[in-house]
Amino acid sequence: MPLEVNGKTYETDEEGYLANLSDWSEDVAKALAESEGLEMTENHWEVVNFLREYYQEYQIAPAVRVLTKAIGKKLGKDKGNSKYLYELFPYGPAKQACKVAGLPKPTGCV
Amino acid sequence: MSMLHTVNKSPFNSDGLSSCLQCALAGSSVLLIEDGVYAARRGTQYEALVQEALKDKKIYALQPDLEARGVKSNLIDGIELVDYAGFVDLTTDHDSVQAWL
Amino acid sequence: MSDEQVTKKFLYVNRKAPYGTIYALESLEVVLIGAAFEQDVSLAFIGDGVYQLTKGQDTKGIGVKNFSPTYRALGEYDIQKIYVEKESLEARGLTLDDLQHLVYEDEDDDWAEKDAIKLVSAKELGEIMEQQDVVLSF
Repeated sequence: MPLEVNGKTYETDEEGYLANLSDWSEDVAKALAESEGLEMTENHWEVVNFLREYYQEYQIAPAVRVLTKAIGKKLGKDKGNSKYLYELFPYGPAKQACKVAGLPKPTGCV
Repeated sequence: MSMLHTVNKSPFNSDGLSSCLQCALAGSSVLLIEDGVYAARRGTQYEALVQEALKDKKIYALQPDLEARGVKSNLIDGIELVDYAGFVDLTTDHDSVQAWL
Repeated sequence: MSDEQVTKKFLYVNRKAPYGTIYALESLEVVLIGAAFEQDVSLAFIGDGVYQLTKGQDTKGIGVKNFSPTYRALGEYDIQKIYVEKESLEARGLTLDDLQHLVYEDEDDDWAEKDAIKLVSAKELGEIMEQQDVVLSF
């Protein structure tokens, strides 16, 4: 089902992930977050932006374990744990945060 | 008159290149594409074979395929690089094309 | 899940050049998925497989996704042993300098960054293969 933001329509896959990485913008991210029932805070943005940078560098969305470790290294131990990340993204940090970040579903995420 | 041969397999993984070079007549052209471009590099086991072929044949390599594979430098002297438009020109400039798949 | 974790030694053997066939990308995806199970994973690159690791790949011209940057993420997936067969490199006129620099952080050494790539002979690689529980070849 396509996603509509500010009168523009964006293609998504059957699970609502953005089809084209380059379609992403902050407004699109907010709409994606809304579809997941998430209210974006500073802390959400931090993780989403981290994921986008990670994807830029490695061309993949990291597995949860890798994401947790990498967040801990970049943003501090208090954030690099699954409790913190699941509080922000209750249905799975990799799955939900990747969707908001406009990335494809993480490899190995079933 | 003259034929264009295309080779799209790595010389290490297929005998496409060596069979092609055995058959290809003097004055014909060979275009390396896809994994075939690995044969364009200097220092491989197949360099001597390619050097020998260059004496009486033209050898081309498709530049986008070299770039994709990170092997666009250190090429054997005498190999000419072409882009996709050049590929099309080569096919029209020759009487026939044989693809060594 | 039981508390008793069984860790097995997995070796993924990569023998094909990237892009010409789908094997290299498929193997990489299996490695990344498998890494979630926290096994003892190592990779070997032999024959045309060594071409997967070349530096400076740029696929804009062929309209295919460039997956070579993903090899640099392997360290973060705790993959610390990447064997490259020496004879295969030499036959292709390549040296280690032509390959990407792949590293991992050593947990037992204050997270020091270390080289993941180890140059081995075919014989040494044969011995490494015999030490594995599971060998998957692509």
